[in-house]
Amino acid sequence: MKEVLESSIYFGVLLSLASYGLGVLLRKKTGWGFMNPLLVSIILVTAFLVCTGISYDSYKRGADLISYLLTPATICLAVPLYEQFEILKKNFTAVLVGTVSGVLSSLACILLLSIVFGFDHTTFVTFLPKSITTAIGVGVCEEYGGIVSLGVVAIVITGVLGNVFSEAFLKLLKIDEPIAKGLAIGSSAHAVGTAKAFEIGPVEGAMSSLSIVVCGLLTVLLAPLFAFLL
Amino acid sequence: MKYLFQFLVILAFAFAGELLHHFIHLPIPASIYGIALLFLALEIRVVKVKDVADVSSFFIAIMPVLFLPPAVGIMESWGLISENWLAIVAVIVISTFVVMGFTGLVSQVVIRRRRKK
Repeated sequence: MKEVLESSIYFGVLLSLASYGLGVLLRKKTGWGFMNPLLVSIILVTAFLVCTGISYDSYKRGADLISYLLTPATICLAVPLYEQFEILKKNFTAVLVGTVSGVLSSLACILLLSIVFGFDHTTFVTFLPKSITTAIGVGVCEEYGGIVSLGVVAIVITGVLGNVFSEAFLKLLKIDEPIAKGLAIGSSAHAVGTAKAFEIGPVEGAMSSLSIVVCGLLTVLLAPLFAFLL
Repeated sequence: MKYLFQFLVILAFAFAGELLHHFIHLPIPASIYGIALLFLALEIRVVKVKDVADVSSFFIAIMPVLFLPPAVGIMESWGLISENWLAIVAVIVISTFVVMGFTGLVSQVVIRRRRKK
């Protein structure tokens, strides 16, 4: 049986989609923010492979078919960016100041913490893009020689944290301007946080989804200034 | 044919992004060039939203699944993480809240100052 699963072309994709589907179902049934479908499916697939003894490489051979679509899918982010360009122009100063401070504080914070904890260059650059959307973050991680799998997990956990705790945390800091809330959530917790921002309100949601793309692009531009400091 | 055409447009931008990444030696991923090119094309109306609308919403909707295979790779690099997992968790948690708080406070100050003017 194990050989059949390892040599199958479809099994990797099937396992991935089924685990993700189960994650979506669990999220719907429980309504808990930390039941993030991607996080749940990462745990399910890993557990399945460890239990059956199927190697990551043979899973990846099949599942890589999905990853092939990553670049075209990322490019599609241009469409919501185009559609929200009017909001960006109307609130240009706030968006610019908000996203730039978000990106700079993220890069500086990761650098500082990496020095404090004594991380090497590889671990440091793995976390460098952790607040931006996975699609762009993976590219940044790869460019500087980070560990892509760990980078993806860090990005997802960051998003889940933002999704679960952003509302209470922003209230605690007395941040109640809808635009500021949206920028804060999008800059720190990308798409997973944005889902929460849309639950809070439409302005928060629009601002948050706008900051996903803007912060992603700004990180690509500003990361080289930080990447070689450690 | 509609879906085929939309997929073709998106793939063309993916390929153009790949070419730029190949010829321009900057640490910028191919997908970023693709986003920039497609955005420009939409702005100057070479491409209309309806030329990519259905397939792009499909791609954006399924995007999380596409990260599953690389993320599962964490089981391969587990040895590297296991010894300083506590530090890694600390970095992820602390930086998330620092960024969220800082961005929110700075944007709020800017918005309120502009409103007063």
